[in-house]
Amino acid sequence: MLTYLRKRIISSALPLVVVVVGVFALARMTGNPASLYLPLNATDAMRADFIAKNGLDQPVLVQMADYFGGLLRLDFGTSLRTGEDAAAMALRAFPATLQLAAMTMVIAIVLAIIVGSAAALKPNGVLDRFASFVSMAAASIPDFWLAIVGIWVFAIYLGWLPTSGVMGAAAWVLPVATLVMRPFGALVQVIRGAMVTSLSEPYIKLARSKGATEYRVVTGHALRNAAAPALTVAGDLTVGLINGAVVVETIFGWPGIGKLMIDSILQRDFAVLQACVLLTALAIFVLNIVIDVGYALLDPRVRPTAGARARSKARAIAPGPDSTTPGGPAVPAAAGANA
Amino acid sequence: MMEVLDPQTREAATAEAVLAVTGLDVDIRTPTGTVRVVGNVSFTAYQGQTLALLGESGCGKSMTAKAIAGLLDPVASVAGGTVRLEGRDLNAMTPRQRREVAGPGLGIVFQDALTALNPVYTVGSQLGEAFRIHRGMNKKQARAQAIELMRRVGIPEPEVRVSAYPHQFSGGMRQRILIAMAVALGPRLLIADEPTTALDVTVQAQIMALLRRLREEEDMAVVLITHDLAVVAEEADDVCIMYAGNVVESGPVATVFSSPTHPYTKGLLESVPTHARRGDDLSSIPGSPPELKSIPSGCVYQDRCPMAAAICRQERPELRPTGANQFSACHFSESLRAGATATPAADSVASPETPSTLQEETR
Repeated sequence: MLTYLRKRIISSALPLVVVVVGVFALARMTGNPASLYLPLNATDAMRADFIAKNGLDQPVLVQMADYFGGLLRLDFGTSLRTGEDAAAMALRAFPATLQLAAMTMVIAIVLAIIVGSAAALKPNGVLDRFASFVSMAAASIPDFWLAIVGIWVFAIYLGWLPTSGVMGAAAWVLPVATLVMRPFGALVQVIRGAMVTSLSEPYIKLARSKGATEYRVVTGHALRNAAAPALTVAGDLTVGLINGAVVVETIFGWPGIGKLMIDSILQRDFAVLQACVLLTALAIFVLNIVIDVGYALLDPRVRPTAGARARSKARAIAPGPDSTTPGGPAVPAAAGANA
Repeated sequence: MMEVLDPQTREAATAEAVLAVTGLDVDIRTPTGTVRVVGNVSFTAYQGQTLALLGESGCGKSMTAKAIAGLLDPVASVAGGTVRLEGRDLNAMTPRQRREVAGPGLGIVFQDALTALNPVYTVGSQLGEAFRIHRGMNKKQARAQAIELMRRVGIPEPEVRVSAYPHQFSGGMRQRILIAMAVALGPRLLIADEPTTALDVTVQAQIMALLRRLREEEDMAVVLITHDLAVVAEEADDVCIMYAGNVVESGPVATVFSSPTHPYTKGLLESVPTHARRGDDLSSIPGSPPELKSIPSGCVYQDRCPMAAAICRQERPELRPTGANQFSACHFSESLRAGATATPAADSVASPETPSTLQEETR
């Protein structure tokens, strides 16, 4: 497990550096902050002073070296806009995004398991066709359109829900409902497919031959096998929510990292933007490890250490296939000795 | 001739009939219409004895087994006939009653143990599942039962291996686990659906020996599904030969193999290479079985039968007695019977246990 983690950390370090370099360079192509932060009638001297004070007169490579030097000391720079520590701003915004993502995924997964499993019980049945249509639609509706229509209907026309903000439970409804659609639609399709496959496997017949109830067969045997592929897709979708809820966060004024990122791009607040990107990348990196570990827990066949251990144990017991019982089922006499 | 077979006949008569299948029909719904894949199949399996269902792939033998066990795919359904397990009609049962029978009444061993075992659960939990379902045991008790079962079927170090997953076992060991699962609750009937097809030859012999030992210990009836004539000769008491979803001949193995009364049986036995020399053509039945969608209206075997006549195209022959407990579905079974000489093939498939004098005396 530790070797695995070490390998993952080393292999993720390079992409992380590439991401930071890319964002660093691209952000500076959007223009000079001086023209945004100083009044229109600012003198050239004031302009030069602002640029020099923020180190923007240095060549980009020097700025980048400075930035990476700072990262090593856990100094992520300060916000041009507020003068605050950039990392602190990013960390303050992140929980709102994570909460939104968690709420969305929990609802999407629970609904998708129910709908996907039910659809798989009778492939091409009425329910299956209905679920297929609904999930396709849910996965295809653009979230910005849904968000705006949602606001128009439920916040403005009916007045049931607030248009934006995070005050109270009602404020969660529209953002979560908007975000749930795509993961729900995608997961229904994945779970339905995986369930159709696993329900037709011989081990389902074996479970039935033992007298297992239909509920036990579906949840205990089929769903348990469909969980691993569903987890992979759910992981990818969560990644999309952590870094891609930008549109929905902006529309609903949700103070998450997506909105902070957009704001800092618009205001050329480079340090904050870089801190946001770095934090998101780290979160995705951690999430991927969690998914890998979860996958190994769900499917013993991909468990590297456990498999190797049991295999070497098996080798110690039986040097070759069935070679310990030549000519029939000889019950090993000393089998109980290791207790 | 009857006297020679008497010991076996008497045994069959006194042994309790565990499974009685009469006129079983199984249909499959396809986009182009309903296809009858098993037609009018009847046989009886007796306590402590093995009945073999023998036939080529696609002849309906596996479908028959699934129909008996109530494990047909959703597209297939029982269209007629009765299946009685110790007198109780399985097809008339509610799903709940059927589940209660599955395990204590009837166990089934599947062909490919790797796909039949659930990959995400330990063999211990899968072995213990039957005890948890039917005996209401907790995890710990079920695990103890699983270890006991593993020891019984000859898996070394069961206390350790009980926590291993199916993919961590060899093919032979997986098949042992599957067999252990089928006999876990001491069923009266064990259906073994090609239990050794996926295994190599030395392991096959071990698995067959294990099945034989368990049959004797539990005094179960065994329905053995196979396409292997040698396995039938060695393991089975009775045999049902199936062709295109129909039973074409049935009876005690020794009788059927020494004096077949159906041209298909005869052809099968003659296809066994015996004293073939290099360069000789191996004997085979020309043609291939009919597609189940287009089974001819007369005899199912008419297209490949060397004896086919006009009546074979018009009328499907019923199973008729042709000897002691022997039945054949052929219009010309009498003439086959009369001309029955021990085919050379019968020698090669007959096991050492089959008294070779039997063939001499039945002639």
